[in-house]
Amino acid sequence: MKPNPATHDIQKHPLLVRLSHWGQALAIIIMIGSGWRIYNSSPLFNFRFYTWATLGGDPAIAKIAHMDPGVANAINWHFTGMWLLALSFFLLILHGTISGHFWRDLLPLSPRAIFRDFIAAITFKLAHRLGEYNAVQRAAYWFVLFAILMMILSGLAIWKPVQLAWLCWCFGGFPTARLIHFLFMVGICGFMLVHVALVILVPKTMLAMVFGSAAEPKGEHHGAD
Amino acid sequence: MEPTKKPSLDVDRRKFVGSGLSLGALTLLTGCDISDNDVVQTMFAKVSRWNNFVQESLFSGTRLAPEFPESMAVKNFRYNAWYEYPLAPVISGTDYRLELAGLIDNKTPWTVPQLYALPQKSQVTRHVCVEGWSMIGKWTGTPLKVFLEHVGADTTAKYVGFVCADGYYESIDMATALHPQTIMAFQLSDEILPTEFGFPFKIRIPTKLGFKQPKFVTAIYVTNRNPGGFWVDRGYNWFSGI
Repeated sequence: MKPNPATHDIQKHPLLVRLSHWGQALAIIIMIGSGWRIYNSSPLFNFRFYTWATLGGDPAIAKIAHMDPGVANAINWHFTGMWLLALSFFLLILHGTISGHFWRDLLPLSPRAIFRDFIAAITFKLAHRLGEYNAVQRAAYWFVLFAILMMILSGLAIWKPVQLAWLCWCFGGFPTARLIHFLFMVGICGFMLVHVALVILVPKTMLAMVFGSAAEPKGEHHGAD
Repeated sequence: MEPTKKPSLDVDRRKFVGSGLSLGALTLLTGCDISDNDVVQTMFAKVSRWNNFVQESLFSGTRLAPEFPESMAVKNFRYNAWYEYPLAPVISGTDYRLELAGLIDNKTPWTVPQLYALPQKSQVTRHVCVEGWSMIGKWTGTPLKVFLEHVGADTTAKYVGFVCADGYYESIDMATALHPQTIMAFQLSDEILPTEFGFPFKIRIPTKLGFKQPKFVTAIYVTNRNPGGFWVDRGYNWFSGI
């Protein structure tokens, strides 16, 4: 049964958006899981990630059978996942730009609007309307798009510090580029925590991203109206 | 007007359970690691070949790795191998012979004094490890190109292979072997290479990751068949250019 647009708030996601969104989700999980395993082999800071949270097979087997701390698998995941990440990101950007989705749904945006909606959100006064993004959401989506772009660029810089020496130079040289690669990973993790928490609060947004559309009778907004 | 029928909501609920399951499957991917699996390993091998191709295309025989002022070179360079450094092979400078094989005209073995008499030049470049750490060092030695031409190697062949005194082995593409900064390094920080750093020489390649640069080299051969490498045969990418 199709909901009537006049009586319902509707969220719609074209197939291309859904494909690229889930491509990004899968790629980011692969990149973070394997990235943490690679990080553990030579930590930047005074801590390591729990092995169970990393991707790259059983380290004990790798160590005994191959003298390898489980990094070979992690690197393979990382250098496979990077293609999925770049490809789905490119699709997402291409679609968002050409279809006007970015300009229509994620703009306008001002610091004042972000502040207003942020205060409303933390005092539980911000209503969620299906198919409409508030200023905090808009800012978060712009941030994560920027963060993924920076991950790709800083990743290229530390993958090819000689062939793409100019790019590595732009990131302040190899060690700094590596640090930036880490910091944007933290930023993306932060985004994902909030993103998933909000999806759990408003499960219909998940329906829309899986099946293409979800509807809600007008007036039944989540949070205070 | 409110929707009167409830069933549509039930459909939504069913769909939601389905999507919840797919999210669960996604988490399982990390929780229940599927890396050690033939299908995944076959995929890795295919992607790794593709990555070799991409990196070979990106590589330029004339583009130089950035060189740094000598003051930036680290004096106490980091030791790195799969064994502790007291286990590094101790090679006698008088008994040592470098063997040559494959597509090389003059396969006469080389002694250490003969090698050290070759023309040398220095470089202050960054060594980048696959694990992520990096270090700037000063290496001095003979361009591999000069040596290969000296012994009459077929430089139209595809690969140069290396055998090491500690059981290590590696191989590189000919384009990288002929790169001006690819050297047989006899010295690190202006001193003859200490045992744990690869006496009598290591292959220093500033355009490749650290594990592509073998130490204690005892044999060099030129071939058209990819010889693989110690870590490469354990799943690391073969080209591993930087």
